[in-house]
Amino acid sequence: MNIHEYQAKELLRNAGVPIPPGEVATTAEEAEGIARQYGGTVVVKAQVHAGGRGKAGGVKLAKSPQEAKEIVSKILGMQIKGLTVQKVLITPAADIASEAYVGIILDRASKKPVFMVSPAGGIDIEEVAAKTPEKILKLPIDTRYGLQPYQAMRLGFFLFDDLKRVRAAAKIMQQLYRAFMDNGCSLAEINPLVTTPGGDVVALDAKMVIDDNELDRHENIAALRDESAEAPSEVQARNANLTFIKLDGDVGCVVNGAGLAMATMDLVKFYGGDPANFLDIGGSSNPEKVVNALKIITADPNVKAILFNIFGGITRTDDVANGIVTATKQNPLTVPIVIRLTGTNEEIAMKILKDNGFSASSDMDEAVKQAVALAKGSPVTPSAARGA
Amino acid sequence: MSVFIDKNTTLVVQGITGRDGSFHAKQMIEYGTKIVAGVTPGKGGQKFENTVPIFNTVADAVAATGANTSVIYVPPVYAADAMLEAADAGVKLIVAITEGVPVLDMTRVYPFVKEKGARLIGPNCPGLISPGQSKVGIIPGRICTPGNIGVVSRSGTLTYEVVYQLTRAGLGQSTCVGIGGDPINGTNFIDCLAAFEADPNTAAVAMMGEIGGTDEQDAATFVKQHMKKPVVGFIAGQTAPPGRRMGHAGAIISGSAGTAAEKIAAFEAAGMSVAKRPLEFVQLLRDRVK
Ligand SMILES: Nc1ncnc2c1ncn2[C@@H]1O[C@H](COP(=O)(O)OP(=O)(O)O)[C@@H](O)[C@H]1O
Ligand SMILES: [Mg+2]
Repeated sequence: MNIHEYQAKELLRNAGVPIPPGEVATTAEEAEGIARQYGGTVVVKAQVHAGGRGKAGGVKLAKSPQEAKEIVSKILGMQIKGLTVQKVLITPAADIASEAYVGIILDRASKKPVFMVSPAGGIDIEEVAAKTPEKILKLPIDTRYGLQPYQAMRLGFFLFDDLKRVRAAAKIMQQLYRAFMDNGCSLAEINPLVTTPGGDVVALDAKMVIDDNELDRHENIAALRDESAEAPSEVQARNANLTFIKLDGDVGCVVNGAGLAMATMDLVKFYGGDPANFLDIGGSSNPEKVVNALKIITADPNVKAILFNIFGGITRTDDVANGIVTATKQNPLTVPIVIRLTGTNEEIAMKILKDNGFSASSDMDEAVKQAVALAKGSPVTPSAARGA
Repeated sequence: MSVFIDKNTTLVVQGITGRDGSFHAKQMIEYGTKIVAGVTPGKGGQKFENTVPIFNTVADAVAATGANTSVIYVPPVYAADAMLEAADAGVKLIVAITEGVPVLDMTRVYPFVKEKGARLIGPNCPGLISPGQSKVGIIPGRICTPGNIGVVSRSGTLTYEVVYQLTRAGLGQSTCVGIGGDPINGTNFIDCLAAFEADPNTAAVAMMGEIGGTDEQDAATFVKQHMKKPVVGFIAGQTAPPGRRMGHAGAIISGSAGTAAEKIAAFEAAGMSVAKRPLEFVQLLRDRVK
C-alpha cells in the first residue's frame, strides 16, 4: 500500500526524524491561509502516490500567500503519472546547502532490507544510480540484529565529512530503520535529506510503501489508505476480497489463481485480443465471490465479452457455475460470456450451466479464442456463448 | 525416485486442527502421505481422526515420532513463528502453505532456517507432490501421475493446469514443486533445477515463472552452465502493467525490471525452449523426452 508524503512524514516525525512543519490543503483558499500563517516563502507539493513530482511540476515555490493560492489552483486537478492531484502539502521553504539520498528497500535477492545512501541526492537520483553507481552505498541489514551503531556511522560518513553532520545523519538512519520496521514497510525513503547553511540535517521529502501483509497487525497504518487515490472498481474489489486490476482492453477476465489469471490475460493477447482486467477470485470456492466479480466486470463499459477460466483444484467448479447462474439471474448480462472450466466436479458444473442455458467448454485455448472473437463483434458460433 | 519428498517422508502437520490444516491433512492421508504427527498448542495428547497423535510443540512431535518434514497451515501472523519452531526442532524440510506472511518476518526466518541446515519451501505456495509416493501441501493428487517430468512453478492453479494437461497427454511427473509467489521464499528455481538434474528419474523439467524479481533470469544462467537435462520455460504476466502487484506479492514489475520479456529473453539466451502458451508444454516436453 502506498501512502502520501504528508502521512510518511508524520510517521517519521513520530520516530524522531527532524522534519519541518507542513499542512495539507484541498482548496486554493485553504492553501492561501496556511501560507499566510507560515509567512515567507512556502513550497507547494502535490500529494500523489508517485515519485518524481518535482520534475513533473508538482513541487513549486510560492513567495506570497497570493502566489500560493494561484499555484495551488493550477496543481489541484493536475495529472502526474496518470494520477489526479487532490491534495497539496504546504510547507515552509528550507534553505538548502546540499541534498542527500537515504532509502531502505526490502531486497529480494539478499532477502534483507538494504540501506541505500548517496551524497548526490535530490530529483536526479535515478540518473545517479544509473550513471554513477559508485556514488551510492548499499548496506544489507540482518533484521535479527537490526541496524548496528557502527553501520549507521558508516552510512553517515558516506554522506558527510563533518562529524557533527555524520552523527546527525547516523541518528536519522536509526530513526528511519525503526520507522521502516515498526510500520511494516517494504520501502522507506528520504530524498532529499538536506543540510542547511547552519549545519542542521533535515528531511524534506518522505516516501513509504507498506507491505499489504502487514496491514492486519498495523490498524493505524491501514487507516491511512486513501481510497480516493485508487480506481473505484479496485476499492470495490478489495472490499469483496477479490484481487482486481483494471486495464484498458475489452475482454473481461474472471480466473481463479494469480498465475492462471496472468496466463489467461496473456493468452487473450496471444489470440489478438486485449484483456480488460486482472481478476483473481482466489482459491476457495464461494458463489458470492463470483457474483461480486461479475458486478465489477460488467460495470466497466469497455468490456465487450466476459471470459471465465476456472481450474478446479480446491475450487469446486460447480460452486463457480452456481455463482454464474445466480449473478446473471440478479443482473442479466448485456455482453456475451464464454465459460471454460475443468477439474473438480466438472460434470456437475457443466450440467448446471447447461440446465440454465449456458454452454461451457473445458478447452482453455478455444474459450479464449471465442471470447476474443466476441469482443471484436464477430458472429457467435452456436456453441460459443450465450447471455447477450 | 523424486526430489525433496518420497515414500520415506514422515510428516508433521502444524495447525492440524485448523480449518485448512484438517481438510488438507485428510486429503494427504487419503493420498498415502505418512502423517505421523500433528501440532496444535493446547491439544497435545489428543488424536486427529482417531489416528494421528497431536502434540503441543513441534519439538515434542519430532522427539516422539522422528518426523523429517513439516507442513504449515497456521494463520499469517503466526506463520513465521511456526517456521522457526520447525527448524529449531530439527525438521529438515519445512513447507509453508500460508498466504499473506509479512515479508519482514521472512527476513528473520530465512537466515535462521539456513543456519539450521533445513530447507524451507514457500510460504504462499501449494507445496509439492511426488506422484504415487507422497504429497505435502494442497496440490490435488488426482491431476498427477507418476513419470519423469520435473515441474517447478511460482504459482498454484497455473501449475495444476499444466500438470493436468501433461497427465492427460501421458506425461507423468517425478515431482511437482510450487515454490510460491512471495518476494522472499525459502527455495528458488535454482534449488529445484539442481535437485531435478541430480535425480535419476527426472528426464526433463517444466518451469513456470512470472513477472517480478530475477529468480528466472538466475535460473536461466544455471540451466546454461549446469544442466544437461532439457528445461522448458514459461513466463506469466506478459500483459501485466508496471508497478502493480498481480495477485502474488512478488509478481510486480519494478520500474522496467522483472518484465516477462526480459525473462523470456534470458531463457532463450540460455538455449531453453519457451512455451508461448501453457498448453505448449505438452508438445515441447514430448519432443524432448522421446
Ligand atoms: N520544503 C522545501 N524547501 C525547499 N526546497 C524543497 C522543499 N521540498 C522540496 N524541495 C525541493 O524540491 C525537490 C523535489 O521535491 P520532493 O519533495 O523531493 O519531490 P519528488 O521526490 O516527488 O520530486 C527537492 O529535491 C528539493 O530540492
Ligand atoms: Mg523526493
